[in-house]
Amino acid sequence: MSVQEIRNYTMNFGPQHPAAHGVLRLVLEMDGETVVRADPHVGLLHRGTEKLAESKPFNQSIGYMDRLDYVSMMCNEHAYVRAIETLLGIQAPERAQYIRTMFDEITRILNHLMWVGSNALDLGAMAVFLYAFREREELMDCYEAVSGARMHATYYRPGGVYRDLPGKMPQYRESPWHKGSDLKRLNSWREGSMLDYLDAFTSDFPTKVDEYEELLTNNRIWKQRTVGIGVVSPELAQQWGMTGAMIRGSGIAWDLRKKQPYAKYADVDFDIPVGVNGDCYDRYLVRVEEMRQSNRIIKQCVAWLRANPGPVMVENFKVAPPKREAMKEDMEALIHHFKLFTEGYGVPAGETYAAVEAPKGEFGCYLVSDGANKPFRVHLRAPGFAHLSSMDALVRGHMLADAVAVIGTYDLVFGEVDR
Amino acid sequence: MSDTQTNSLVERLSARFGDLVKVTVSHGQTTAEVAAASLLSVATALRDEPGFRFTEAVDLCGVDYLGYGQTEWDTTDVTSTGFSRGVEGEAIGRFTWADRPRDVAIPRRFASVVHLLSIELNQRLRVRVFCEDDSLPVVPSLVHTWPGLNWFERESFDLFGIIYDGHPDLRRILTDYGFVGHPFRKDFPLIGNVEVRYDPEQKRVVYEPVSIEPRVLVPRVIRDDADLIQAKAEAADHWREN
Repeated sequence: MSVQEIRNYTMNFGPQHPAAHGVLRLVLEMDGETVVRADPHVGLLHRGTEKLAESKPFNQSIGYMDRLDYVSMMCNEHAYVRAIETLLGIQAPERAQYIRTMFDEITRILNHLMWVGSNALDLGAMAVFLYAFREREELMDCYEAVSGARMHATYYRPGGVYRDLPGKMPQYRESPWHKGSDLKRLNSWREGSMLDYLDAFTSDFPTKVDEYEELLTNNRIWKQRTVGIGVVSPELAQQWGMTGAMIRGSGIAWDLRKKQPYAKYADVDFDIPVGVNGDCYDRYLVRVEEMRQSNRIIKQCVAWLRANPGPVMVENFKVAPPKREAMKEDMEALIHHFKLFTEGYGVPAGETYAAVEAPKGEFGCYLVSDGANKPFRVHLRAPGFAHLSSMDALVRGHMLADAVAVIGTYDLVFGEVDR
Repeated sequence: MSDTQTNSLVERLSARFGDLVKVTVSHGQTTAEVAAASLLSVATALRDEPGFRFTEAVDLCGVDYLGYGQTEWDTTDVTSTGFSRGVEGEAIGRFTWADRPRDVAIPRRFASVVHLLSIELNQRLRVRVFCEDDSLPVVPSLVHTWPGLNWFERESFDLFGIIYDGHPDLRRILTDYGFVGHPFRKDFPLIGNVEVRYDPEQKRVVYEPVSIEPRVLVPRVIRDDADLIQAKAEAADHWREN
């Protein structure tokens, strides 16, 4: 009697799978429903951002940074802008630094809302997604008010930020969809400035986080899908270059905002949540707590910004354009403007690595300049790229459905993985 | 990272490795240049020994130094016809594959740069390895020291053609299946070589030679530091006024 030959089954997961978070093609070798080997194929969204940046003056690439990790836009800009500032030897004014701190945290909440919503959706909880997007919309309005764009803001510039916070928050107009008491409710936060709006948001947001937690934290199904899944030991996390919530979930309190502070993080008060078991559930708890901490930071920044008006851009016309009004009368201002927008500015030769604590982990920008008005080499260190590379090590021996939980817990966005 | 910390890291590095590494500090960041031959032993020591404890490799990338410091716009010497127009040159974006810069043998063109992080001691280090041979750039792989560098080395291989000796799975990672060439090399055209479209007659996606013209809007220009010196002086004035 012949023994029946049993072979492993190779399966394509994605690139058009809703749980693949974009364009991940995952080649899974399966033994029944157990994953024997996972081979992620990335690069389907590769746009050559780093090469494109080499062909343009420094400032023209800021907009590309938004499009890397397109759910934490301003944090990417922050890394790039910081690298340029280090080489130029300039520092943004204090108010600009507070604005950056505040928007980094707004971005963190935006990112984590997206993450908690879509990850819950992947694992079968529909409602969280709808709740999370409600608050996301409110913060998107801040992006729009300050930069004119809901996502790809291009708001940070070397030497500061593009402009000061608006004194008036845009309001909804009456329409067949928004009218009567509904319109009144929507506009009740928007009577004053953007800082008033954020004040209202930050006092309200913790109750909203309670709502997400109500739906998930003690949810039996949610715990069954995440507790003990994708366990990352502290050693494994370091071996695989993990940062952000991935390493904090494993109990290592590593956060660049505390350990190597930039912008105004040394001056604001917040805590770093850490996990214990290093599984998907702990990382969920870490991210949820991070939203609360971000809310705290935003509150402090709002208070400071309200009390301390001032410039938001360096008065160095080799780097930052002069005021529009000055150009009408001052010849030199006109020349500066012309030079800046035709040729850009030269950055002294040298190299630097600037990292920020992006919502997904350490987002770094390695910049090599040879003194020209365009970067010689830009390398962007994306947290998701390092995290995803550990996929095989993490998912081996798990069930197929857990692969989805692990992809979710990485918090992947392919704009930054593929660059 | 405070200054004293960086300095003592420099001291520790030169005390431990001596001539094996060339240590420089700029902008408060430490760089160690290591020869390919001694890379593996240095890397293991950096990871394990007290005083270094670089348990995490954050980043690795390739760099192609071809054309470093080259400009397209002469801004110092005026000729009888005036300054150059800055519309010619061999810089990135200017050429197609057929006219790529070729006779450009520069010593030590490719480098592989690793950024290390010590969580325990809160310090960072940049390690640079130059490839000995330009035509076949090879450096030892660090995958066995830091498994997380696996994909980073694959990326550097894909984009620059640097071969990581000892890498278990050196496949392309970011470019298309069946891609030819190493696109981030400075002599690879920005417009690429092929373009893709769907052919309704053949009912499949076809590859064709690229049809767009190379075009550069802003010339690459290096000015001497006068601008920045002046800017610094102006900034200083501004502070004095306030």
